[in-house]
Amino acid sequence: MTHILEKDQIEMRQVYADTIRKLAASDSNVIALEADLSSSMSTGSLKNELPGQYVNVGIMEANMMGVAAGLSILGRKPFIHSFGQFVTRRAFDQVFVSLGYAQLSAVIVGSDAGVSAEHNGGTHMTFEDIALMREIPNVHVYEASDATQFGWLLENSYQKGGLHYIRTIRKNATRLYDEGTTFDNAKVLTTGSDITICATGIMVTEALKAAQILKTEGIFAEVIDMFSIKPLDGATLLQSVQKTGCVITAENHNINGGLGSAVAEFLGENHPVPLQRIGVREQFGQVGLMPFLQEFYGLTAANIVTTAQNLKA
Amino acid sequence: MILSDNLEMAARQIRLYTLKELKSLGFGHFGGSLSIVEALAVIYGKHLAVEPQNPDDPNRDYFVLSKGHGGPALYATLFLKGFFTEDRLYTLNQNGTTLPSHPDRNLTPGVEMTTGSLGQGISVAGGIAFGNMLAGRDNYTYVIVGDGELNEGQCWEAFQFIGHHRLDHLIVFIDDNKKQLDGLTADIIDPLDLEAKMQAFGFHTEKVDGKSTQAIDNAIQKAKNSSGKPYTIVLDTVKGQGVTHIEEKADNHHLRPNDADWQAINDAILELEDDLKGVRA
Repeated sequence: MTHILEKDQIEMRQVYADTIRKLAASDSNVIALEADLSSSMSTGSLKNELPGQYVNVGIMEANMMGVAAGLSILGRKPFIHSFGQFVTRRAFDQVFVSLGYAQLSAVIVGSDAGVSAEHNGGTHMTFEDIALMREIPNVHVYEASDATQFGWLLENSYQKGGLHYIRTIRKNATRLYDEGTTFDNAKVLTTGSDITICATGIMVTEALKAAQILKTEGIFAEVIDMFSIKPLDGATLLQSVQKTGCVITAENHNINGGLGSAVAEFLGENHPVPLQRIGVREQFGQVGLMPFLQEFYGLTAANIVTTAQNLKA
Repeated sequence: MILSDNLEMAARQIRLYTLKELKSLGFGHFGGSLSIVEALAVIYGKHLAVEPQNPDDPNRDYFVLSKGHGGPALYATLFLKGFFTEDRLYTLNQNGTTLPSHPDRNLTPGVEMTTGSLGQGISVAGGIAFGNMLAGRDNYTYVIVGDGELNEGQCWEAFQFIGHHRLDHLIVFIDDNKKQLDGLTADIIDPLDLEAKMQAFGFHTEKVDGKSTQAIDNAIQKAKNSSGKPYTIVLDTVKGQGVTHIEEKADNHHLRPNDADWQAINDAILELEDDLKGVRA
């Protein structure tokens, strides 16, 4: 199966705003919380459209988590957004205690994932949000790879209840899925017999590009969109590596604590196979455009290809 | 025993069972538990609309103990209010207990919110009051925050949120006992003029004698009669309040009592039991 790798018409932030709008229309308990980044996430118009279902708390992410917890106690269904580093690094104890430990419900969306923060640079470039959030018991952690999936993850998280973290870029993602696709399991995007490539977010596209290149060299890669980092779809992963015998992970995140760690931990305990992790290694972020940053941190199809060649050599 | 309608008696009941509870454990957060006894007596004894038989009533009032280390006093109050039986009090901090050092909403009947990581409870109370305002409910949210807890920046975020939204059905009590774990607040990080600060954040504010149930009751009544702004009641209290010997100890946040301390605690228990003779069981 060859994927046509084109950017979607709709931006991820528009998906967020549209989904909130839709859910809020059918459930008066839905409430969206912003911390002065509504203009960045296209939710600004919701203030007037959804009276009583939207609040911009100001630049106070720690308080936002507590307010969401209070609203959840009342049975409201909070959607919380800010840039990834603010909803995780900055407000981690509040997320952990007031939402996680208190067993309350909220859907937290961390935007501008990893290198997609571009010109906001190192202070805003979160390569550790998945690692942090994974540590909270019973939390669900996802990275959205395209618009259809993001919308589904938002709705599914809302319906499930509990604490969910969804990391995403804000702008246009490559279109991977048809409207109406469901995501109960990890998605096997190309089938292959030689190597498994597990990717999330923008790295799914790179993995698909890499698979096309590898195919010309006679290496058949199985590309899995492992959008759910916790819980991890171990069954799909296991089925794949039992066939291919090796795995590469690729993520726009630190290799420690993210997808690469989750896959390594699962396989280490269940079916050890040779594994290579592609992601950020002992580095902070920096200012730059996506192509430069992806090249700098090795978040490219070319790096996946080289890694695969070495792994198979 | 049930919580007395007589607020002075209610305070003595809460103090008695807080001491018995901590005595059963052998150590614990004496100072900051005892300093909020009178406030709890007035809130739970007269104002807070909650029923142990119907704890999830959406129209109930909400109480959040933001200074979670005061948990033992809250547990004594909840027992007296009828949320659970006396024997549970003496499981405080025991292995597998449902009464942990700091309140946990998932373990203890009557505890509305998990607290203990300081500064977070006010935000949650703000969220509850905000949600109730959006729902058009006129129930009240009460929150007790410690003066030391106000070191945490999140408190001021929360006050700004509460003030901005004019959550006039939220009453913030500041337990101004002048001490934090490492010493006097004035020495560690001066809280400055709390009344002025809270007024600047958009609150009606008044300072009352936190040892007087009458003064606290009057202040709550005034808060309920006012509108348009949230209300802060600064409780002028003493850490270890009501047990002179503990009050006089410099370091009484978390106490591992010595012989002299035990003597004072046991004397206080006997005295309170004597005071409460005749209070209906």
